[in-house]
Amino acid sequence: MACFETDLPDRHAVPRPAAEPVLAVEGLSHSFGNRTVLDDVSFGIPAGRFAVLLGLNGAGKTTLFSLITRIYNTRRGSIRVFGFDMRQHPTQALARIGVVFQQPTLDPDLTVLQNLRYHGGLHGLAPAVIEERAAEELARIGLSERADERVRTLSGGQRRRVEIARALLHQPSLLLLDEPTVGLDIELRRQVLDHVHDLCRERGLAVLWATHLIDEARQGDGVVVLHRGRVLAEGLVDAVCVAAGAATLGQAFARLTEAKGTQKGTRE
Amino acid sequence: MNASLYWRCLRAVIVREGLRFVHQRERFFAALVRPLVWLAIFAVGFRAVLGLSIIPPYETYILYEDYVTPGLVGMIQLFNGMQSSLSMVYDREMGSMKTLLVSPLPRWYLLVCKLLAGVLVSIAQAYVFFAIAWFWEVQPPVAGYLAVLPALVLSGLMLGALGLLLSSFIRQLENFAGVMNFVIFPMFFASSALYPVWRIREGSPTLAWIAEINPFTQAVELIRFALYLQFNGTAFLAVSACLVLFLGGAILAYDPGRGFWARRGGPAEQG
Repeated sequence: MACFETDLPDRHAVPRPAAEPVLAVEGLSHSFGNRTVLDDVSFGIPAGRFAVLLGLNGAGKTTLFSLITRIYNTRRGSIRVFGFDMRQHPTQALARIGVVFQQPTLDPDLTVLQNLRYHGGLHGLAPAVIEERAAEELARIGLSERADERVRTLSGGQRRRVEIARALLHQPSLLLLDEPTVGLDIELRRQVLDHVHDLCRERGLAVLWATHLIDEARQGDGVVVLHRGRVLAEGLVDAVCVAAGAATLGQAFARLTEAKGTQKGTRE
Repeated sequence: MNASLYWRCLRAVIVREGLRFVHQRERFFAALVRPLVWLAIFAVGFRAVLGLSIIPPYETYILYEDYVTPGLVGMIQLFNGMQSSLSMVYDREMGSMKTLLVSPLPRWYLLVCKLLAGVLVSIAQAYVFFAIAWFWEVQPPVAGYLAVLPALVLSGLMLGALGLLLSSFIRQLENFAGVMNFVIFPMFFASSALYPVWRIREGSPTLAWIAEINPFTQAVELIRFALYLQFNGTAFLAVSACLVLFLGGAILAYDPGRGFWARRGGPAEQG
């Protein structure tokens, strides 16, 4: 197995076709028993793109995330991260992914810093590297003074930001967020969205942000419309609106989902 | 592959489990009070009922407290193994297990890290119990405390691996009571922890046979012999074989390509 140490200087120089997006999902299908959850899903996210995975509850978003993070294996189709196939090179692929899950996954009884150290250790980072990056990320989200406090004492919005900081600790190329604004008020939602957009712009991160809230997709973002396990549309928000003949993404979403994804022509 | 990555991961899991254990003081006391209740109350009452002959590894007549101490250490490890199993199910339901599983290290190794961390916690508990038992005049040879360490590691691994394997079968937290009824209690009572197997045979040859093939009996005997500076080869082989079997099963069950993740789609599958 090759080294996946994320602080290698040449980690961005991995050989891959120039056009290869950071995340490439192709022909992905998945079912539990007889229930098909994902049906021939394909899309890609280039570096620096904030892509919203838009779908109602039950659309297959969480299953898609579980497959991209290899909670379980892909059976049909392929997932490549930075050119590394998830089935053949899971180590290299996973080392380049940062994840914020829908459920809170910080340990409430441990301090903020202890949580970050745990995560860094799981990714094989050296203690000195963890301390340095944890300090950087906490300063960035304005929680440096809370580093030694238990997570239990933080507010919901602060916990979310710590989870994002944690996901960035091993400097991934791809950041996955599964409905990260659940339970946050409007102002906190905006803050978290701004924060991730900034990261995307400043660090060239590819972001996949799953949500059922249409207003979380902004002008200039990418969007992947997932409905009942199928991709109905993919592209920049404007392009998807134009293709659907709608003025807003909300209208486009309504039109696309009314057609229930039977018209494959809406896909790019 | 760089070995230091593996070491850092193991250390992180051990530190986390250790911190969690320290923070959950009630868990620490419960783990300690349980065997002490057996030693201080049950053993005193039972001493008069049960006559013990001289059986290996003992060379003289012993008090019942001496007999039952290795069994109670086994109990600490059994409960600890099940506690890890419970926390695996809990982590799975709460979603925090995903944090562990998205580590780029191989999943079998992550499970082994979890297992080792649990064993360390159980050994710390066992030595605190030994120390208290010393004041209760359960005083095996001093060298026995050192000799018992490898036995505790092996038995702890085996019982922890059993817990891991069970955790893959338990679908929900509520089903955990079933584990208590169908695993912990039968394993504990149908074993040589509380009474020697020859004593059980007087009552029921079938039960004695069950006790002999019970992996928990083998773990207890391994600990008992080591504590009195003897090596029980049969128990060693039996515990090792069970460890391989249980750990292998757990690794298969947690494999991303099969087992419950693929079958039912992981925890709280919603959309």
